[in-house]
Amino acid sequence: MTRAGRTRAGRQHHAGPWTYLVLIVVALASLFPLYWTLVAASTDAHRVVSSPPPLLPGGNLFKNLDYVWHNAGGRGMGVALLNSTLVAGSVTIGTVAFSLLAGFAFAKLRFAGRGVLMSLVVATLAVPAQLSVVPLFILMKRLGLGNHLGALILPTLVTAFGVFFMRQYLVQALPTELLEAARTDGANSLRVVWHVVVPIARPAMAVLGMLTFVQSWNDFLWPIIAMNGATNPTVQVALAGLGTGWSTDWSVIMAGALIGTVPLLLVFVLFGKHIVGGITQGAVKG
Amino acid sequence: MATSTGPGRRQTWRTRLYRWDSKGSPYAFVAPFFLVFAAFGLFPLLYTGWLSLHQVSLYNVSRSHWVGLRNYTDLFSGPPSRFFWNALRNTITLGALSTVPQLLIALGLAHLLNYRLRGRTFLRTALLAPYATSVAAATLVFALIFSPEGGMANWLLGLVGAGPVHWEAGHWTSQFAIALIVTWRWTGYNALIYLAAMQAVPGDLYEAAAIDGANRWRQFWHVTVPALRPTILFTVVVSTIGATQLFGEPYLFGGQSGHQGGAANQYETLGVLMYDQGFRNSMLGRASAVAWTMFALLLLLGLVNALIARRLRRAH
Repeated sequence: MTRAGRTRAGRQHHAGPWTYLVLIVVALASLFPLYWTLVAASTDAHRVVSSPPPLLPGGNLFKNLDYVWHNAGGRGMGVALLNSTLVAGSVTIGTVAFSLLAGFAFAKLRFAGRGVLMSLVVATLAVPAQLSVVPLFILMKRLGLGNHLGALILPTLVTAFGVFFMRQYLVQALPTELLEAARTDGANSLRVVWHVVVPIARPAMAVLGMLTFVQSWNDFLWPIIAMNGATNPTVQVALAGLGTGWSTDWSVIMAGALIGTVPLLLVFVLFGKHIVGGITQGAVKG
Repeated sequence: MATSTGPGRRQTWRTRLYRWDSKGSPYAFVAPFFLVFAAFGLFPLLYTGWLSLHQVSLYNVSRSHWVGLRNYTDLFSGPPSRFFWNALRNTITLGALSTVPQLLIALGLAHLLNYRLRGRTFLRTALLAPYATSVAAATLVFALIFSPEGGMANWLLGLVGAGPVHWEAGHWTSQFAIALIVTWRWTGYNALIYLAAMQAVPGDLYEAAAIDGANRWRQFWHVTVPALRPTILFTVVVSTIGATQLFGEPYLFGGQSGHQGGAANQYETLGVLMYDQGFRNSMLGRASAVAWTMFALLLLLGLVNALIARRLRRAH
């Protein structure tokens, strides 16, 4: 980001033909499986597994899309798409809002126990999700949330990464004098957050929001346990059902995979630059 | 800061409110994180440990039966130990097969991306596109590519005259294929992390090295890699944790037999074993024991990592 601009000058060599060749080959290898999902999704059950394999899209794309849209995962991929949007959307809003508040407190407010609490946040980064799926399953059943979308939203409403990310951003981006000025003007904490912190944190909120959305959309282990056999699954659960079901019509399965991937790829193409920035920002400082 | 001088009642009230606000609001701001974490992170963590000492059925979760350490002794030396040790071995080999090449390739790619390039944004976005696909979608595509009938991998092998390989059935072939899925999804992500760290390396270090007569390769080895050491350690830790928890790829790669990691459990990981024991065989207590064993493994790995990090720091 800004750092790139600063050090780019002066020392960098121009890339030679070999560099381009290697990078283009790797870029094609990165994109090919995505392209091939589209190709396979547009063929039929026989053509998709014939030799030589099809390399150009066929004419069955809409037929296959139509089929999974109405039939996959019990009530169809359309319902799954809506469910995933609801879950990822709620998780994103919750994570961004709570991370902003906690990150702001850790970055700029003085309070007893701040250091200990921040170390606790960092320590929770290391707790793997797999460790808690069995009790979460039991807990959700007891709360009456078995097979309910709420079971997917509640446990991920906050992330230690989000708090950490926001703290790192606000430590640098938020001038302490600005807070003091707002304070002497008589603004209470919530007004300070709304009128001072939020406007400054907006870029970080956008990046964290996109990362959270991608992660939540692609979450697999917990949804497949919490929503197993559900009639209204998320996209990933519906895809898993397609893959492990008796049907081996790969063209239909690939149509499902296409529906599950395209929304994210769209987000990615539209905001790719910011996501790239977010990943590098979170990583270097993490 | 504001100290109240006037004796006016209104002012003391405002001061008190102000104090209350500035003392209380930090806790109110961090509370949601800790409340949610306590309920859905910490409590389950401890509860898993407690459950691992019980026999609990998937279908009647409110009744549990104390069995002490039997879930663990069963796992390590009882009837299911065959699956446990197999899954542990597979987790390690799959982890190594996917993590080591992934990070090495990422380091090389980052170095290339750090040159002055045309189409830089396109290349970076293309490399990161696999990150935006899900485990499910990616695994299904690769399952088709490695499919025994009409799969693209075997077709390519046929072009160079090699016989078809039964990818999913073999021990090493299936692990190779699954490792490739992981590598495909995460290499670009790691490359970008390395790239960001590389761009933070001060240019004078390279100039000094160039004046000393170091060629590009030596500059990479003696300037870039040492400067990247903390970032490399970070990615090693993150990918190792990821590899220990590998679940989606082995679960979905085998289609029908996915829940047991292949017909002969040839690529069953600890994550898949936990799912199979808990949510197929209805033994939630034993699944919890698997989970806690994984936790112990992670702690052990963390300890080893910390020791290595300390030695590296001292050596430098």
